[in-house]
Amino acid sequence: MKKNVLPFEKPVVELKEKIAELKKISGESEVDLSEEIDRLEERLEHLEREVYENMAPWDRVQMARHAERPTTLDYIEQLFTDFLEMHGDRYHSDDEAIVGGIAKFNGQPVTVIGHQRGKDTKENIRRNFGMPHPEGYRKALRLMYQAEKFDRPIITFIDTKGAYPGKAAEERGQSEAIAKNLREMAGLTVPIICIVIGEGGSGGALGISVGDKLFMLENSTYSVISPEGAAALLWKDSNLAKKAAESMKITSYDLEELGVIDGVIEEVQGGAHRDIDNQASKIKEVIESSLHELSQLSEQELLDQRWRKYEKIGSTTFVLERTETPVNE
Amino acid sequence: MLRDIFNKKRKYATISKQAEREDVPEGLMMKCPSCRKIYYRKELEKNNLICLNCDHHHPMSAKERIHALMDANTFEEWDVQLTSANPLEFPDYIEKVEKDQKKTGMNEAVMTGKGKINGYESAIAVMDSRFRMGSMGSVVGEKISRAIEKAREERLPIIIFTASGGARMQEGVLSLMQMSKTSVALERFSRSGGLFISYMTHPTTGGVSASFASLGDYNFAEPKALIGFAGRRIIEQTIREKLPDDFQTAEFLYKHGQLDRVIHRSEMKKIITTILDIHQDGGDRS
Repeated sequence: MKKNVLPFEKPVVELKEKIAELKKISGESEVDLSEEIDRLEERLEHLEREVYENMAPWDRVQMARHAERPTTLDYIEQLFTDFLEMHGDRYHSDDEAIVGGIAKFNGQPVTVIGHQRGKDTKENIRRNFGMPHPEGYRKALRLMYQAEKFDRPIITFIDTKGAYPGKAAEERGQSEAIAKNLREMAGLTVPIICIVIGEGGSGGALGISVGDKLFMLENSTYSVISPEGAAALLWKDSNLAKKAAESMKITSYDLEELGVIDGVIEEVQGGAHRDIDNQASKIKEVIESSLHELSQLSEQELLDQRWRKYEKIGSTTFVLERTETPVNE
Repeated sequence: MLRDIFNKKRKYATISKQAEREDVPEGLMMKCPSCRKIYYRKELEKNNLICLNCDHHHPMSAKERIHALMDANTFEEWDVQLTSANPLEFPDYIEKVEKDQKKTGMNEAVMTGKGKINGYESAIAVMDSRFRMGSMGSVVGEKISRAIEKAREERLPIIIFTASGGARMQEGVLSLMQMSKTSVALERFSRSGGLFISYMTHPTTGGVSASFASLGDYNFAEPKALIGFAGRRIIEQTIREKLPDDFQTAEFLYKHGQLDRVIHRSEMKKIITTILDIHQDGGDRS
């Protein structure tokens, strides 16, 4: 329990421990503590609500990075049947920072793709901490083309700190790999549903998240740069990450307000890792309703709607003010 | 006389390094940062801002680029009036934008429009690295997307000259979304058979490199231009090794198969004209 406690939830955990202790004492001795325990449990309920309903952006950042937070493969296991992972980009290698394959969702064939972090150091090394190389994006695109050919909807899970900043990645065209996915995903004639489940880190997240619907789990983030990176860049001090998390507007609710996403998927109290069954069923509902809605559209309607969606993004953030160019000097 | 300038030592002693760097491009004289030779700016301008001594390609402003490429009096500018709001209410953001507007005479970091190149009509978007480092905010994304869209409607090719440090931090995720927005516009454009020439100039990095800049039917770059996804320092910190000197230069990308050609500026107009000529009757599939 103690291992993965986030700073802001400490009071909750401490109170829980106290209750557990009292219960133990009460069980071992003759002293009747039930009244005391009831009182504390009531307080706990209040406290939990207070703590988890008033999470600051930085708390959510930590929740999004939580070591026990469910990963793409965890959700795949919960949401789909017959999942078969497919490997390799056919050019260079298999990038395990992105997983993908075919599966059934409520009996309907789909293609599933997502970033994959490791759960321990060993797995993290194998998966490069969920930070893809170009071959990861190319594998994803290969699987998406296949989905289009066989008329299967595509569901992607976004969970990465970003595309890997490395020498080999640059040599093999990290920029081109991401850019190509952005353009190609715009033109695929099957429904694409994207769900941010953890960290949505910049271009590396974007590379598999152009689609008809974009949702975010309540405690996930989506940003152009990590709070630490932003703080280093803007104020030359990465210790100001907390401040950056607030001013950069990176939480699910911020993005909903900015009109960038289609909706927030509520999390179970205390974060998705507390009850993955329950969390998965909330995600399932969203996928079901989105698939139902998108299946009503013809291919052309689907594309038109997707294009319009992107045309609109950011349209509230510029103004038509000046009638002429400012005069130089 | 030129000689007199060199003799007045006092003048040099009072200029701080920072001021010197800022002054050089605006003044009468210009020092080549590569070989440190000093020129009259006019002299360099006549040579397309290529150093007469070492061939260094000085950065061109958007206006200078259009002037160098397009036939005289054929350029018509689009969406001049678009300017940034402050969607994240970021402190000092608008002040910084206004400062750069004064400095550059532009409303934002990209100039778009159409004109003729040796008689061939084309849409064009030219980024200007003097304006917030050419970073892509909502206005840059919008202007480029609109230019692509207009080119599609008017059945024109489009040439985009990139010069950008990447995303504009002060617009956060909205800046990131301009990557998808421009790429989505290019997908529509490409489907209609449109020709897109991507011409990368120094520097083309981050979000611009990882979106429209890499999506040309032809991807070109100017000699020695810095082009890449992640910053050099971040990569060195991540992999803990020193990178080669030519890392992320146009030549480096060319060697790794990422570019069609590295084009000397003196060849720019000729090569673009040839491509426009070859595509004159082709590429119209719908």
